[in-house]
Amino acid sequence: MIVELGHFALILALAVALIQTIMPLIGAHKRWTGWMAVGGAAAGVQLLLLCFSFAALTYAFVISDFSVALVVNNSHTLKPMLYKVSGVWGNHEGSLLLWSLILAVFGASVAFFGTNLPPTLRARVLAVQGSIGLAFLAFMLFTSNPFLRMAVPPFNGHDLNPLLQDPGLAFHPPFLYLGYVGMSVAFSFAVAALIEGRVDAAWGRWVRPWTLAAWICLTIGIALGSWWAYYELGWGGFWFWDPVENASFMPWLIGAALLHSAIVVEKREALKAWTILLAILAFGFSLIGTFIVRSGVITSVHAFANDPERGVFILLILAIFMGGALMLFAARAGAMEAKGLFAPVSRESALVANNLLLAVACFVVFVGTIWPLVAELLWDRKLSVGEPFFNAAFTPFMVVIALLMPLGAILSWKRAVLGRPMRALIPAAALAVALGLLAYAMQTGRSALGPIGLALGAWVVFGAGVDLWLRAGRGPIGQRFGRILRLPRADWGKSTAHTGLGVTVFAVAAMHAWQVEDIRTMNVGDSFDLHGYNITLADVTKETGPNYFSTMATMTVAKGDKVVATVYPEKRVYPVAGMPTTEAGIDYGFTRDVYLVIGDPQDDGSWAVRSYYKPFANWIWGGALLMAIGGMISLADRRYRVAAGARARNIKAVPAE
Amino acid sequence: MKQHFPALVLAITLIATPLLAVQPDEVLSDPALEARARTLSKDLRCLVCRNENIDDSNADLARDIRLLVRERLVAGDSDAAAMAYIVDRYGEYVLLNPTSKGANLILWIAGPAMLLLGGGVAVAYIRKRRGAGDPAASELSEDEEKRLAEILKQ
Repeated sequence: MIVELGHFALILALAVALIQTIMPLIGAHKRWTGWMAVGGAAAGVQLLLLCFSFAALTYAFVISDFSVALVVNNSHTLKPMLYKVSGVWGNHEGSLLLWSLILAVFGASVAFFGTNLPPTLRARVLAVQGSIGLAFLAFMLFTSNPFLRMAVPPFNGHDLNPLLQDPGLAFHPPFLYLGYVGMSVAFSFAVAALIEGRVDAAWGRWVRPWTLAAWICLTIGIALGSWWAYYELGWGGFWFWDPVENASFMPWLIGAALLHSAIVVEKREALKAWTILLAILAFGFSLIGTFIVRSGVITSVHAFANDPERGVFILLILAIFMGGALMLFAARAGAMEAKGLFAPVSRESALVANNLLLAVACFVVFVGTIWPLVAELLWDRKLSVGEPFFNAAFTPFMVVIALLMPLGAILSWKRAVLGRPMRALIPAAALAVALGLLAYAMQTGRSALGPIGLALGAWVVFGAGVDLWLRAGRGPIGQRFGRILRLPRADWGKSTAHTGLGVTVFAVAAMHAWQVEDIRTMNVGDSFDLHGYNITLADVTKETGPNYFSTMATMTVAKGDKVVATVYPEKRVYPVAGMPTTEAGIDYGFTRDVYLVIGDPQDDGSWAVRSYYKPFANWIWGGALLMAIGGMISLADRRYRVAAGARARNIKAVPAE
Repeated sequence: MKQHFPALVLAITLIATPLLAVQPDEVLSDPALEARARTLSKDLRCLVCRNENIDDSNADLARDIRLLVRERLVAGDSDAAAMAYIVDRYGEYVLLNPTSKGANLILWIAGPAMLLLGGGVAVAYIRKRRGAGDPAASELSEDEEKRLAEILKQ
């Protein structure tokens, strides 16, 4: 019964989405207040309906209702509760429901927080938001209904893909979707602004927090996925340039560009048309990401659910929304005349460079991702584009971005002189180069990648510090420190996020340059030396988990005579899904991870063992976390809260800025 | 279900592919040759896997290619010759690092070309921003003029 009600709520949501798309649009055009107000109400109702629908599906998973086909295919009574719940979105249909639910959350948030928007803009934003919901609800109900019943319910389910039964991956999709779908708000604002025919500083200010929120979630989602790959796939890789990873990385890059260009719109009323285009593209890449993952058109590690019919439907959605928005853009972009003037050397120009580099970097990822498809279609060449290509073609952009960032971040708006900021950066540059040289001197006979990465990362991190220091103005040191603490949160957010990028750049380079690998066979009781650590295979036992069997090794990591850690690498077999997985035994450390994997028994009774010394591994995700935290600090900046206060007092006028 | 578990496990353990990628018995005794083999492996795709290089893959085919690479190197092939041998046998698909031959040139120059193009547009835009435009021209609609007047009166 509850499942049928969930199904019914989904159909109702489709009807409400139709109303939400049409009525506010007409209302805004005819200036009918009543019709415009429908948008907000519809967005609220939409959220309630989808919440109910999602809750109904979750309920079916939690009680293991095997009369529902989706539960049969993705759950099992023996599965731990966490994975019963995460199984709801660990599949095509359920993840679409989550997608639609998050879309409704964002739609309702715009309705709730957007009461200070001009009523026509608000109505149009909600209408566009509704139309996206309409498309995805139709997609779900016609091709991927999560509520289909079984004619003959089986006694038990087929279990969730064991690789997905992991805490990191349980929360990876929701964050990713928050990011993907959050970009829809920027898209809706862009399309609404194009319909309105005007973009001003206020528009930039409204769009930025939404983009920021989406980008933060995307950052966390990507970091979780990468972390999961690191500890779960069994060889400690953290990024594979897999089509599905690229699918999440492209909106991230465009989103980062959009964050920066929206600042220029807000502060200087320039780059308007470009910002609109970025807002459209950011969501476009989110849709492309959905298409790549869900259609399976490009074979990849993640293509758990591929179905050409669904692919065509998503392609249709993509074509309609991107085609429509870009046509609207072509027709109206000319009207977005920029007002702010600026000199070639200025913060504006630096942000233009930032946008150029991020957008072209995204373009490179895009071309590399679809190239195998293009080559096969046009020239009938079956070829691969893998990690070596992306490392060669993408990395230079990141290097240039990291090189320019500290300088660009401290140039003044409008008209800058290079002298003072460059002098201020001399200590940062000197320190970074010194660190690089030190690392080069300490390592012997290895690639220069490590030292260069260290110098580059340090340059970005110290540059972020110089940025804060300069923001504090002139005067006695005590006063300056006081002022640094009282700086707007936007400044702190910016420096924190930039620091995060520096940390990640360094960590990626360090991992590539300084990793140590060892492959050998060991008998129980054997020891060997791994980069200064004494690794001992103490024991191998057979264990039974809640829904798997495990071969568990006990291995100790010792420094000298002192045991620093005991880890338990496992080989698991999930009998229901019929899949083996590896669980690496990792001793996490601040400056290094020791990463141990147990392999197969050999004929002579020994075990294959693969071990790694992974320097600064945690720093990769630490940097990503810093970027996300920087975004959050920036999101808490006063200028967004002032707008919130104005809303609370219900001032009818649009905020002056 | 439960009483079938042991049999199931046995069946699965038998069919399961080995979980380690590079096996201890594959590693060449000459560290220089092994290092070369590793470098080559990074650019070779496991054909039956999804986007994995042969070093990271558990598949039997990946193992075959790994052994083949080492065989060629031990036989005295240069890196290029060994790669050519593999590509000859398995096709262009085996290369993770696509060549720049033929239409693939587009793939390789797409990024730099786009950078030049975008850079040109950006420079033109920045130069235009320096001089053009009229900062005084703020266009408010009639409604907004009225609302502005109201706000100023308060």
